[in-house]
Amino acid sequence: MFTPGNVLSWATFFPVIGSALIVVLLAAKFFLRLDKKLVDDGSRWIALVTSALSFAAAIAAWRMYDPSATGVQLVQHFTWIRAFNIEFYFGVDGISISMVLLSGLISFIATIASMPWWSGKKDAEMAGMVDDGHDDPHHPKHFSVRMVPGYMAMLLLLQTGMMGTFVALDMFLFYVFWEIMLLPMYFLIGIWGGPRKEYAAIKFFLYTLAGSVLMLLAIIGIYYNSAPAQLADGSWSSGHTFNLIELAKQGAAGQFRNAAPILGFSFAKIVFIGLFIGFAIKIPMFPFHTWLPDAHVEAPTPISVILAGVLLKMGIYGILRFNYGILPDATAWAAGAIAVFGVINIIYAAFVCLAQKDLKKLIAYSSVSHMGFSLLGMAAMTPQGISGAVLNLFTHGIISPMLFLIVGVIYDRAHHREIEKFGGLAQELPEYSAIMGLAFFASLGLPGLAGFISEFTVFSGAFPVFTTYTIISATSVILTAAYYLWAIHRMFLGKLNPVYKGYPDLNWRERMALYPLAVICIYLGFYPQAILGVINPALHALIQNIKPL
Amino acid sequence: MTDLIPLVEENLRSTAWFRPEAALTVGALVLFVLDIAWKKSAARVAWLSAASLVVFAAAAALLAQQPADAQALFNGMLANDAFAIFFKWLFLGAGALTVLITAQGKDFDASRVGQFYGLLTAVVLGMFMMASATDLLMMYMSIELVSIVSYVLAGFRRGDRKAAEGSLKYVIYGGVASGVMLFGMSYLYGLTGTTSLLELGPRIQAIQASGLPLAATRIALVVGAVFVAAGLGYKIAAVPFHMWCPDVYEGAPTPFTAFLSVGPKAAGFALALRFFLSAFAGPASPTTGLADALGGIPWPAVIGVVSAVTMTLGNLSALAQTNLKRLLAYSSIAHAGYTLMGLATVSAMGVQSVMIYMLVYLVMNLGAFLVVIWVAESTGSESILDYRGLSKRAPVAAVAFAIFLFSLTGIPPFAGFAGKWYLFYAVFERIPGPGGNWYALLAIIAALNTAVSLFYYVRIIRAMFIDVPYAEPAAMPAKPGYQLILGAFSVAILVFGIWWAPMIEWTRASLTLFRG
Repeated sequence: MFTPGNVLSWATFFPVIGSALIVVLLAAKFFLRLDKKLVDDGSRWIALVTSALSFAAAIAAWRMYDPSATGVQLVQHFTWIRAFNIEFYFGVDGISISMVLLSGLISFIATIASMPWWSGKKDAEMAGMVDDGHDDPHHPKHFSVRMVPGYMAMLLLLQTGMMGTFVALDMFLFYVFWEIMLLPMYFLIGIWGGPRKEYAAIKFFLYTLAGSVLMLLAIIGIYYNSAPAQLADGSWSSGHTFNLIELAKQGAAGQFRNAAPILGFSFAKIVFIGLFIGFAIKIPMFPFHTWLPDAHVEAPTPISVILAGVLLKMGIYGILRFNYGILPDATAWAAGAIAVFGVINIIYAAFVCLAQKDLKKLIAYSSVSHMGFSLLGMAAMTPQGISGAVLNLFTHGIISPMLFLIVGVIYDRAHHREIEKFGGLAQELPEYSAIMGLAFFASLGLPGLAGFISEFTVFSGAFPVFTTYTIISATSVILTAAYYLWAIHRMFLGKLNPVYKGYPDLNWRERMALYPLAVICIYLGFYPQAILGVINPALHALIQNIKPL
Repeated sequence: MTDLIPLVEENLRSTAWFRPEAALTVGALVLFVLDIAWKKSAARVAWLSAASLVVFAAAAALLAQQPADAQALFNGMLANDAFAIFFKWLFLGAGALTVLITAQGKDFDASRVGQFYGLLTAVVLGMFMMASATDLLMMYMSIELVSIVSYVLAGFRRGDRKAAEGSLKYVIYGGVASGVMLFGMSYLYGLTGTTSLLELGPRIQAIQASGLPLAATRIALVVGAVFVAAGLGYKIAAVPFHMWCPDVYEGAPTPFTAFLSVGPKAAGFALALRFFLSAFAGPASPTTGLADALGGIPWPAVIGVVSAVTMTLGNLSALAQTNLKRLLAYSSIAHAGYTLMGLATVSAMGVQSVMIYMLVYLVMNLGAFLVVIWVAESTGSESILDYRGLSKRAPVAAVAFAIFLFSLTGIPPFAGFAGKWYLFYAVFERIPGPGGNWYALLAIIAALNTAVSLFYYVRIIRAMFIDVPYAEPAAMPAKPGYQLILGAFSVAILVFGIWWAPMIEWTRASLTLFRG
């Protein structure tokens, strides 16, 4: 079923087909007066099956990808809007293939985590998962039983947007997918979120839209200053091109170096800044990070998983694809600033973590801190630095979903996340404590687990270029250990708080979501070459074009 | 007497290109007669609606047969070209949809619905003339035809204080604006000795070549052009001629508000494009599509400033609104600001972008107002508070409204993004040239405005989908007809947000502007 010519389209469009099926199901409910439970379960299964198929397609793409070949692979390419030379251009290279796999995996895990499966009725009642027809807006039920078809349709639409962003190689198509992610995310946080969901949702939406409007201007600017390129059907485009691969070639050849200045600034620099701010909001980079803690804290668990696991990666991916690829001169010019912002992200967020009382907020800020590693590594422009930066995207994309799932587990039981109020949980929930320990240690960079490899690669790549910055950043390892160990200490050790007596340990739904991630986390800790071997050639070629000033 | 005969012959010949307008004229009169004839009929609303749809259908049939060959009609008073025909289709669509909405709604007393249809047909006739006027006098005539009938319709709700206030404001502002416009026209005529838009350009160039005192003539020309622009700015509700807009929108019967927000605005843009591009711009370059402003008159700069101020003021004022009709009024002011960017670029792409934007805007704004009408029928209110929990009460209305609002924001994959994309692109075409920095600034202001506009559009979406109503609101009346229109509009917005080709081809084929 999957061929190199269609596998990326399947990976992208399976979820949206699922969304359409759910809409059909809703129409059927309206006309045939179907039972609510039937429709709810139906949309759950549609979501599970279509996101599993999308994940299967992502695995197939990973297997079909040939690391030794150069250039773009698994291409699907035809003209979409002739008048603007806009093409439908899907393909992957070393920058994006690992993100395709990650996005497929995390989407599927998030779908599993959206199911209200629990062994006993009593346990399910504890989480508010029993749908007894009473929905008091002031004491809402668990997100997995509220407006299920709408939730599933939005989740699937989000998955299509994410996958499409990573595989689109036409600037315009990329922008469309980038924006498609906004709407479902707004509704998923805003409708199924926590107490301050309205504020969090609008803040997320406004920050991201402000960034993407800047990005849109930069995209039009790049298009307008580009040279023609060959279209999918072999003819030449009239005037300009949206083709990201062609644009990267033109950028390397200096096409944008001498473009007419805008408002008195060099074209390449101002476009670089526009794009960079747009992507930095998504990363999120200090000082644009303030939407993230709000969004994470209010979002339901699977949405936090997707947010941390995939959405944050898009910022770095976009910078590599656009800024590094198309504007190498301006990138060399800005490298120092990127490194400084990276260091601020790492250190500042780590200090903020130390002060957090809410477990989910702690993990949200630790994401900000960890994304700083990628910024530092990619700013160094050394082969190790950039490999470490992208590997960090992947390992953080495995570890942070684990952390958020873990928060979800305890929140479903205790209905709060105050670290101080727990204590001695290890006695009552041993399996949970073990997996949480694993995730915490992976995140703080314990050797043998995935996080260590990427941190080490980043540091060793950045050290020759930014020695002082790297030394400063390395102190974050101590801070990270401090806030994680202190959290473990307060939550799991000591005397059991009697309130939590008799709490059920992990159930099968939670195990299904957590164990695969734990296995990958250990596997990558010992054999990072599984990722590095595939991504290295393209990444090292990418920084060849960037000559430091 | 001898020179009169060719004039008469020309007029007789021109009637062959005037059949849709003739159908509308006859139709308006017939509707008034039918209104009286069917006074006692029980199903008079249905019959009158059907009759006015027949009038629009007849005009559409005649318009479809009309060849698009560009030529002057009625001794240069009007012109027939593909550009005018494009806008005429928009007007017919807006008119017919307004009738469809009115027929199912409760905004009008059964006894007065016939008058409304007759007057609406007259407004559409006036807009037809606006789209094809090529003479200052004809411009004035057609604008007045649209305005005066609109004053009546804005105050159609008798005994309603808001309607009276809105209507009065409309009359006073309209009177001042058309007076200013006439004054500007008198300058133009005094300097050039012609009222024909096609003659104005060559005469202006001739004046500049003749060595008259330059500064004085230039000032007089600028004053003339700007004063005429004031009259047009009033029709499209551009700042600073926008003050009537929120009050009139709030006071008028909502179906007419919906019509007012798209029809006369599009007509104003059609006329503004024709006025400035025929009289004050050189021919567009065949390779780049860019044109120059004639005689060093800085009208593109004036339009650019008006555009930036209009969108900013419209969006900032909309932020604080709680009445949906007022909110949509300010949002329509902001959209006029975006669309003016297309005019400020003086290029073929700019004209095309205005046409695409007006086409998309018609669908999304009419759709948005239809939801407002529907909700007002159940709650009697247009306050945003009454939209709480709409997604539970009327999922179709809520989802469709969300689609229209996202499209108004200009987010892909909705059609509003296609419109905004074209406007931005037209502005970017100008950035490498002279004054490019100002165009860059305009693009940045428009981008920031997009982000601001999201804030108040999402407030409505939040009320519909997230907020919980204070008390259990009245159930929405079942309206299969409304649902059908909303469904069709939503599908259109989604389809044309992804598949632009038909819009692009239609507008590109309609770019021909008759230039003599």
